[in-house]
Amino acid sequence: MKILVPVKRAVDRNVKVRVNADGTGIDLANVKMAMNPFCEIAVEAALRLKEAGQASEVVVVSIGSEKSAETLRTGLAMGADRGILVKTDAPRVEPLAVAKLLKAVIGTEAPGLVILGKQAIDDDSNQTGQMLAALMGWPQATFASKIDLEADAVTVAREVDGGTETLRLALPAVITTDLRLNEPRYASLPNIMKAKKKPLDETTPEALGVDIAPRLQVLKVAEPPRRAGGVKVASAADLVAKLRETGVL
Amino acid sequence: MRTLLIAEIDASGLNEATAKALTAAVKLGSPVDILVAGSGDRAAAEAASRLEGVARVRLADDAALAHRLAEPLAELVISIAADYDAIVAPATAAGKNLLPRIAALLDVMQVSEVTAVLGPDTFERPIYAGNAIETVQSRDGVRVLTVRTAAFPPTAEGSAAAPIEAIGVAPTPPLSTFVGEALTTSARPELAGARIVVSGGRALGSFESFETVIAPLADRLNAAIGASRAAVDAGFAGNDLQVGQTGKVVAPDLYVAVGISGAIQHLAGMKDSKVIVAINKDAEAPIFQVADYGLVEDLFTAVPALVKALDD
Ligand SMILES: Cc1cc2nc3c(=O)[nH]c(=O)nc-3n(C[C@H](O)[C@H](O)[C@H](O)COP(=O)(O)OP(=O)(O)OC[C@H]3O[C@@H](n4cnc5c(N)ncnc54)[C@H](O)[C@@H]3O)c2cc1C
Ligand SMILES: Nc1ncnc2c1ncn2[C@@H]1O[C@H](COP(=O)(O)O)[C@@H](O)[C@H]1O
Repeated sequence: MKILVPVKRAVDRNVKVRVNADGTGIDLANVKMAMNPFCEIAVEAALRLKEAGQASEVVVVSIGSEKSAETLRTGLAMGADRGILVKTDAPRVEPLAVAKLLKAVIGTEAPGLVILGKQAIDDDSNQTGQMLAALMGWPQATFASKIDLEADAVTVAREVDGGTETLRLALPAVITTDLRLNEPRYASLPNIMKAKKKPLDETTPEALGVDIAPRLQVLKVAEPPRRAGGVKVASAADLVAKLRETGVL
Repeated sequence: MRTLLIAEIDASGLNEATAKALTAAVKLGSPVDILVAGSGDRAAAEAASRLEGVARVRLADDAALAHRLAEPLAELVISIAADYDAIVAPATAAGKNLLPRIAALLDVMQVSEVTAVLGPDTFERPIYAGNAIETVQSRDGVRVLTVRTAAFPPTAEGSAAAPIEAIGVAPTPPLSTFVGEALTTSARPELAGARIVVSGGRALGSFESFETVIAPLADRLNAAIGASRAAVDAGFAGNDLQVGQTGKVVAPDLYVAVGISGAIQHLAGMKDSKVIVAINKDAEAPIFQVADYGLVEDLFTAVPALVKALDD
């Protein structure tokens, strides 16, 4: 069975971003970029299934500019077999459009399982996997913390507000990953070299026949209100006195 | 047109997230219906019908909806979607799971984690772990929104109850089945709605320390317990207690961060709290940049001293 893993190029997790001067977006000039952390977890999950002999091929796909090819190379260096770049210079491709593009890719790739991140840490949408499942008419298991794959079904433990819930999905299916699913591997230097020779195909939204025009218009991007600097207190007793003054106790 | 709010229901009935999302839904300016979907949730429907400003409650009661799986629930909402030009749910685990599925079936782009309603089609939402606030206008005919509950007060009960109408559920072949669940039960207030939250980080060092250091303080303050991801990953606390960008977002009156460094991902989940207290032995820890009151001390002496000072 083939597993498709959509991976997004996003701001590195350790960067504290700044709003640009004209308040239209985030200043991304010279900012370190990386594979979205939840996508790394998705790639790792797929690779483990392949290593366990339960999957035949892991294909990574990314939608974005030429630079997203680097993100695909990262996936290939981790161990994925093939990459597909859906190349577009559009500044924003919304989850709905990403889901439609992925549907088109699934049309030719026919995977048995698609594993996505639960959330991209730039737009924080948490939508794409659920939307893809809807468009395909497939079952979904979001926020996965454990995956058990069988021949025609997959059992997934998922994180819900009060704890965990376990579902069994008919295949093909869509899974989105939560943080505790696994600890993604680092690509070794030899594997990074090997990844350069792995196949990486390119296509475009036009070739896939998908309209990616945004549905949401961004009117403004602003810094959140800043908290005024606080004070240090000398002791626990001092802290209690201060809290009693504010009235929260 | 009308707005449909999808109720959040848990083992104890109607969850307060519903009343908070209702506050946002009402701001869209149209009459609001609440959908209560499940099996045997009449009491939740009655509780929903008592909330101020609800036009009517639509109750879908069917064994096929027992565990509120996304696939049949999305089908159900689509079957009544023609009546609505806005579909709203709280941004809980359940809402986040369900709503994008509905949005895609309607060919609509969802607006996630709305923190302010500026007009019927214009919203604010945090991006980049809350380091920026985006104002977006939807160009879709139907608006599909999840609401960040920490950003809205709950709507109170009104004087009259709205009518409850039953709706039918068309049978569909199941794509997924419920196997089981492991839910934690606690006598403490629920994290998402608590007035005071005491959170512990990696510095606690063990599950036992959460019990012996964090729990007594939480109990003394009648607070919910939260945790950083590092504490959850290390097994000191359950995953349902994680506060942050990818955990729960809380905005209590008082948030006490104990042995938490203050990574951006953690701050994303608590920096809108009214008063923030940080206890950390490193005076340079980033958490102090958002804390109203900082205590630079070893937590294993500071927290017991705090419990004692509260009793004095
Ligand atoms: C994609 C992604 C999503 C994430 N989502 C979240 C999220 O939702 N929530 C979240 O919390 N994190 C999240 N993280 C993790 C986050 O980046 C940090 O790693 C995490 O918050 C650190 O937890 P901590 O503060 O408990 O641990 P540390 O950063 O290790 O901090 C421990 C602190 O305790 C102090 N300390 C040590 N000993 C003592 C003592 N005896 N007394 C007092 N103080 C002491 C230290 O000075 C230090 O400041 C996410 C990360 C990624 C990549
Ligand atoms: N441009 C993209 N290219 C590839 N995958 C994407 C893209 N955008 C989103 N995804 C996938 O969808 C997941 C959730 O993203 P989002 O819905 O934007 O929060 C990500 O973790 C990826 O797996």
